[in-house]
Amino acid sequence: MSTISPTHTATDPHGGHGDHAAHPAHLAHHFDDAEQQYTAGKLGMWVFLGTELLMFGGLFCAYSIYRSNFPEVFAYAHQFLDRKWGAINTIILIASSLSMAWGVRAAQLGQQFLLRVMLLLTILGGAGFMVIKTIEYTHKYHSHLFPGRVNKFSAAYAGEKVVLDSFMSEHEGSEGEPAAKGESTAGMKTEAAPAVPATPVPDAIKPHLTVVGDGPVYIDPNAGQGDAAKIVPNFSHPAGLTPAMLPASAAEAHVSAHSVMVHDNLTLTEQKRVSTFFSIYFLMTGLHGVHVLVGMGLIGWVFLKSLGGTFGPEYYTPVDLVGLYWHLVDLIWIFLFPLLYLIH
Amino acid sequence: MSHSVTASPAQAENDHKGHHVTSPTLLLGVFGALMVLTVLTVWVTSIDFGNYNIFVALGVAVLKAGLVLMYFMHLRWDSPFNALIVVISLAFIMLFIAFSWIDTHQYAVNYDVPGAIAPAR
Repeated sequence: MSTISPTHTATDPHGGHGDHAAHPAHLAHHFDDAEQQYTAGKLGMWVFLGTELLMFGGLFCAYSIYRSNFPEVFAYAHQFLDRKWGAINTIILIASSLSMAWGVRAAQLGQQFLLRVMLLLTILGGAGFMVIKTIEYTHKYHSHLFPGRVNKFSAAYAGEKVVLDSFMSEHEGSEGEPAAKGESTAGMKTEAAPAVPATPVPDAIKPHLTVVGDGPVYIDPNAGQGDAAKIVPNFSHPAGLTPAMLPASAAEAHVSAHSVMVHDNLTLTEQKRVSTFFSIYFLMTGLHGVHVLVGMGLIGWVFLKSLGGTFGPEYYTPVDLVGLYWHLVDLIWIFLFPLLYLIH
Repeated sequence: MSHSVTASPAQAENDHKGHHVTSPTLLLGVFGALMVLTVLTVWVTSIDFGNYNIFVALGVAVLKAGLVLMYFMHLRWDSPFNALIVVISLAFIMLFIAFSWIDTHQYAVNYDVPGAIAPAR
C-alpha cells in the first residue's frame, strides 16, 4: 500500500492490490484477479455475440417475410444455388470449429505446439470456405444473378442499355473472351419493344434464350461457349424453358431428383420478385463471409501471439473469446445452409 | 468457478474447481454428431413433408446450433448468465420476426401477393 499513488487508491477500493509487481503481466489494474478479468471478458464477448445474433436476426427476418409471401419464388430461385458446395462448406466450417475448440483446450493445457497447429488448421478451414464462396459468387456473376433489381430476371437488365453496357463491359473485360463479345453485343443492343431480337440468333444459343415475363428477350451472352457449363444454373436447363423444350436427357436427369420449377410457372408478380431472393442470398452470405474473414484475421492475430508462448493455463482469454466468435460464424452458417440451399 | 488455476493436463481434466477443459472424446463426439446431422438435413430434403419440410430443416439446425453452443462454446459449463444472453437475444429475434409477420400478412391485401384476398370496395 505504501507505494501506490493517490490515483491508484481511488480506483482500487479493495486496497489489497497495491503491489503491482505481484500482478501477472496480463492482469489489468481494474480487476481483482485473473479469474474476475476472465469472467468479465467472457461476459463482454457474449454480449457482443448477442448483438451479432440480433444483427443477423434482421436478415433472417427479411428472409422469413419474403419467403412467407413468395414461397414459389424461393423454391424456384434456390435451384440456382449448388447444394454440393453448400454442404462441403458446412462440413469445412464444422471441422474448423472442432479445430478451434481443440485449440482452446490446447491453450488451457499449455500445449503450445498443438495450439499453433489447431489455430493454423482453423485458418485453413476459413480459407477453404472463402475459396468455395468465391467459386459460387463467380458462378453467379457469370450467370448475371446479381443482388438488386438489375439482373438476369429483370426486364430492366435487357432494356436499359446504359446499365447493361457497364455491366457487360466489366464482365467481358474480366473474362477476356472475344468470341462472346460479338454475340452479347448483338443480343443486348436489341431494343425492348420487339419480342424477338432483331439480329438472327445463332442456332447454338437458341436453347439458352430466356423469356423474362412479357418483357424483352434476354440472351445469355455466354451461351454456346466452351464454358457453358459454368453459366447454366445448377438445375440442368436455363430459366424460362419448359422441360418439353429441353434435350430429353437433361430434363429427365433432373426430374428424377426432385420436381423442377421453371420460370414460366411463376406468376408475373412472382417473376418480378426472383431478384429479391438473390438480394437476400447475397446479403446473408456476404455478411457471413465478412465475418469469416474477420474471424480468420483474429485467429491469425492469436496465432502470432501464440508464437511467443503467451497463452497457457493461467491466461488463454484471447484464444477462448476469438474461438467463441468463430463458433458463432459456424452457428450462423448452420442456419443459412438449409434455409438458402435446401428449400424443398 | 473458483480462483484456482489448473496447471497440468491430468489435473485439469479432474479438477472441477478450475475452468472446464473439454475432453477430446467429447469434442470428437460433438463433431461426429454435427456431421451426421448435416448429412441428415441434406437427405431429409428429398422427402416430401408438404409444408413441414421447413420445420424439419429448422429442427435439425436448432439441434446442431444447440450442440455448438453447449459444447464448442462451453455454455454447458459457463456461468448461466452467458446462456441467458443468448436466450434473450434469440427471444427478441423471435419477437421481431413474429411482429413483422403479423404486419406483413395484415397488409398483404394491399400488395399484389398471390392468394391474397382483394379488399372489398
